[in-house]
Amino acid sequence: MSEPWEWPPEQLRAEIKASGLLGRGGAGFPVWRKWESMPARRLVGTSRRRVVIGNGAEGEPLSRKDAVLLQRDPHQVIDGLLVTAAAVHADELHLHLDEAAEATLSRALQQRPEASRIRLHRSAKSFVSGESSAVIGAIGGGPAFPTDRRLPASISGLRGHPTLVHNVETLSRISQIVRMGGNRFSLIGTPQDPGPHLLTVQRPGHRGAPVVLESTANASLVDVLFGAGIDPDSVSAVLLGGFHGRWTRMDESARKPFGRIPGAGVIVALAPQVCPLRYTATVTRWLANENAGQCGPCRFGLPDLATAVQELADFPRTAAIQDIQDIHRLMGQVSRRGACFHPTGTANLVASALQMFPDEVDAHLAGRCTATESIRESA
Amino acid sequence: MSAHQLHIDWTLCTASGACIELLPDLLTADDWGFPFSAAGTDVPIPGGSLDDARLAVRLCPRLALRLESAKRSPQ
Repeated sequence: MSEPWEWPPEQLRAEIKASGLLGRGGAGFPVWRKWESMPARRLVGTSRRRVVIGNGAEGEPLSRKDAVLLQRDPHQVIDGLLVTAAAVHADELHLHLDEAAEATLSRALQQRPEASRIRLHRSAKSFVSGESSAVIGAIGGGPAFPTDRRLPASISGLRGHPTLVHNVETLSRISQIVRMGGNRFSLIGTPQDPGPHLLTVQRPGHRGAPVVLESTANASLVDVLFGAGIDPDSVSAVLLGGFHGRWTRMDESARKPFGRIPGAGVIVALAPQVCPLRYTATVTRWLANENAGQCGPCRFGLPDLATAVQELADFPRTAAIQDIQDIHRLMGQVSRRGACFHPTGTANLVASALQMFPDEVDAHLAGRCTATESIRESA
Repeated sequence: MSAHQLHIDWTLCTASGACIELLPDLLTADDWGFPFSAAGTDVPIPGGSLDDARLAVRLCPRLALRLESAKRSPQ
């Protein structure tokens, strides 16, 4: 039997469509729709060249799943890249990776002649460099910054050629789908989010290193915590979906299926002695420092927002109703005002903290912290 | 829904403020002087403001504005 990347493109596209696969890089866009957005080769006004890029540079600092996948199963990622290229008639294939994965991938590529046309690129290690327009910019020889997209990459991407960017886990799922069949894949997980997912579980305040595990959207948060070796009763709050994600508490919703896996599958489980507002302040500062310095509202707004959140977290010195008003005003001034999702995602994280922890906010304003039980020093 | 929108390329804008002066009903200055609209990056332009919006596009010293027909933003 022939290799899947030698199958007719229509058959590959039909299997992926039947599978219902969503992208695994964080945005969760249906893969078949991304494929269909690639124009036909004969379409007038577009380049004939077609590009596919596998993105294994985890910008999300707490994510480890792509690194683990690339070490353990580089060939499945390569298979998925070859299948995708066949399905969309691509002639140019790239893999964008962290330095740590380079040796493994380059060895894997040498083992198979059909993969010799895949080129490897080392990523710049930063949060925004994993954004797909930044990846296209970096491979094209420019800075790894997001760009203001006039046209979608599927029309004009790498050097103006129609370009498809897939996360490396997405590629490995594509390879599984063509081998097991799209219909079988679609029965795993939930109808809205079929198939297995790699998750990274981080545990501030708990013992031990982050855990990468495989689960599905049928699982609940409690299931995933147990799977990662964490007692759910030892968890006070959980950040779902990474630094641009949203906060949740261990209430009854933690026992219900996810339905859809949040973001790129990063789950941060806080121990009760870690203050969620302080953690949010630390993350917001980190995200502010990671801004690319390109877009004014992000460049100026995120540091100001980080300072306002920090002041709420550092209640003994400055917390006041004014801080909350500042936070709301600044969120409004950064949200949806940039070339990429970074300012919006950062504002969403802060909004989610204020919404999920109103009692903690009130306590901080009153000079207490429910997590650390520390008391405001009288001035 | 307006037929046109003014797109701000944030990677180019340096808060010169010309557009804010030309379109005072649609844009204000944020804390740092950048053009602010509650609509974010793609500002709907009513028919009556179309000429002013065209002027703003021409006078932006950074060529950071463009007038587009209102549509879905690229994914």
